[in-house]
Amino acid sequence: MSNSGQNPSPAAAEEARQIIKIIDLHKWFGEFHVLRGINLEVAAGERIVVCGPSGSGKSTMIRCINRLEEHQRGQIIVDGIELSNNLKNIEKIREEVGMVFQHFNLFPHLTILDNLTLGPIWVKKMPRREAEEIAMYFLEKVHIAEQAKKFPGQLSGGQQQRVAIARSLCMKPKVMLFDEPTSALDPEMVKEVLDVMISLAHEGMTMIVVTHEMGFAKSVAHRVLFMDEGRIVEENTPDEFFDHPEHERTKLFLSQILH
Amino acid sequence: MTVYEPIEEFTDLKPPVTSIGVLGWIRSKLFNNWYNSLLTLATLYLLVKVVPPFIDWAVINGNWNTTGAACHQSKGACWSIIHANIRFIMFGFYPPTEQWRPLLAMMLLFALLLVSRNRRWWSKYLGFAWLAGLVVMGLLMKGGLFGLPAVDSGQWGGLPLTLILSVFGLTAAYPLGVILALGRQSRMPAIRYLTIVYIEMIRGVPLISLLFMSAIIFPLFLPEGVTINKIIRAQVAIIMFTAAYVAEVVRGGLQAIPKGQYEAAESLGLNYWQTMRLIVLPQALKIVIPPTVSILISAFKDTSLVVIIALYDILKTTQSTLSNPEWMGFSTEAYLFLALVYFICCYFMSTWSRKLEKELQT
Ligand SMILES: Nc1ncnc2c1ncn2[C@@H]1O[C@H](COP(=O)(O)OP(=O)(O)OP(=O)(O)O)[C@@H](O)[C@H]1O
Ligand SMILES: [Mg+2]
Repeated sequence: MSNSGQNPSPAAAEEARQIIKIIDLHKWFGEFHVLRGINLEVAAGERIVVCGPSGSGKSTMIRCINRLEEHQRGQIIVDGIELSNNLKNIEKIREEVGMVFQHFNLFPHLTILDNLTLGPIWVKKMPRREAEEIAMYFLEKVHIAEQAKKFPGQLSGGQQQRVAIARSLCMKPKVMLFDEPTSALDPEMVKEVLDVMISLAHEGMTMIVVTHEMGFAKSVAHRVLFMDEGRIVEENTPDEFFDHPEHERTKLFLSQILH
Repeated sequence: MTVYEPIEEFTDLKPPVTSIGVLGWIRSKLFNNWYNSLLTLATLYLLVKVVPPFIDWAVINGNWNTTGAACHQSKGACWSIIHANIRFIMFGFYPPTEQWRPLLAMMLLFALLLVSRNRRWWSKYLGFAWLAGLVVMGLLMKGGLFGLPAVDSGQWGGLPLTLILSVFGLTAAYPLGVILALGRQSRMPAIRYLTIVYIEMIRGVPLISLLFMSAIIFPLFLPEGVTINKIIRAQVAIIMFTAAYVAEVVRGGLQAIPKGQYEAAESLGLNYWQTMRLIVLPQALKIVIPPTVSILISAFKDTSLVVIIALYDILKTTQSTLSNPEWMGFSTEAYLFLALVYFICCYFMSTWSRKLEKELQT
């Protein structure tokens, strides 16, 4: 991959295929206008960090991408498939888009291994043996293979989140969405999860990450988006974004999270 | 600044001794303060007043294998009423020469239930065994094949009838209740309102009135000459009634499942039924095992209400022996026996549920 290094070149990303295209996206919760015209294009292999104040619609935006939330206006096109009420399309898109949640959302009644094989077996109709091989491969990758037979409740938060990442990877997604994956973790566990995400980034995975971990943004993101009140207010490379923010609101926000 | 003393060595301390021997136990559990002592004494007094006379009546002076007349002479319990009428109590009007058939059917049922108690034996084959078992039991009860004389279901009664009504009633009501609970959460308004109306209507009437309806009103709507077996009609009423209650309990369990579980399942690409079957129901049903079993136990006892539509379940057969002049007046003994039968069945259910709960704990 040409763009998997530390210093990404936007030109390379430009050339690559558009994997996500969001055009004039609007969403309302009842009367409340949450997303007010989002435009975003993501190239294959591109890594995007989204930040912004609480309630600005970051979660809602990425949840629209795999239809956990339904949008009311505009278009979302994932890998050439447009999200609509067509159930077949929704299923196809969900197979290609993995999601990692703030609170892990592992299935507590299943072992770690069963958590991972569930998707491949039931959605991809893979034989159990093959699914388990894949699951073990990804568990190795997140350094947690020895816990395969345990239940989620027996693991620490950081371990659970790594399992959750592995669970998504087992579906071989083309895009990974992360919604504040480290903000429910104790500080000493944040690093182990970020390390997994960084190694994923180096393999060229397309990622959209909602996070306030600025170190992560600086080291792997191609672009940082700043959202406020349902809009993308500012968008830039990490270096420019942190060193020379343009908008007042961005400056204010950065001064708050960087103390 | 505080400086903590280093702990010299790792010394294993024994847990503190709270009581020594039986006397210590009695002291600490029964006489540890004035009101507990008072309660203990009062309980002892009651036991002394009640237990010896009961043993006197039930065992020492009890009649086990006598005629009714002999019983009337004695001041002890007359267990002979059970002994002398056991066949009628157990099997009702089932032809006496054929009563080995319901007996065999019941034994088969108990065997299957016992095997099913152990979750390690739950498999496809156990499912097949149940199917085969039900067919054999039906064949034994009904006859008419393989040289077994046919026995009309009007003659079925006693314990087999109670068990049929309960086993079929509970096994059908449970899945139906789960489906109703899912329906009540459905995003489709038509389905949601239909299930709400159903559940609320059923819960709004007593089981007795449902049984009456099924026995008396329902046949009025059937065309001339068409009759539906009375047992089946009672069975349907019991299933409909129990399912509504199961539905509400299961709904409680469904509400306890966090939204994140649905979202994680959806984002993996599981569809609605897969999400329910693999993620939501296994967790929700486990949470509601205790209240569900309560409902099933009370449904089991409620099957005795079928007496009002003249079905001879074990309650009715037991009562009937009391109207025989020879055995009139021994209702205490008869009902104690009946209570024992019901208790054994209910106790089986409740221990099974506790066992299941423990095994499913993760
Ligand atoms: N299901 C919902 N129903 C109604 N309003 C909602 C719902 N989900 C989110 N909102 C509202 O939409 C707005 C945007 O929410 P969103 O979760 O996208 O914010 P966010 O940027 O992710 O914030 P945070 O940093 O706190 O996670 C908030 O004001 C929130 O209260
Ligand atoms: Mg959020």
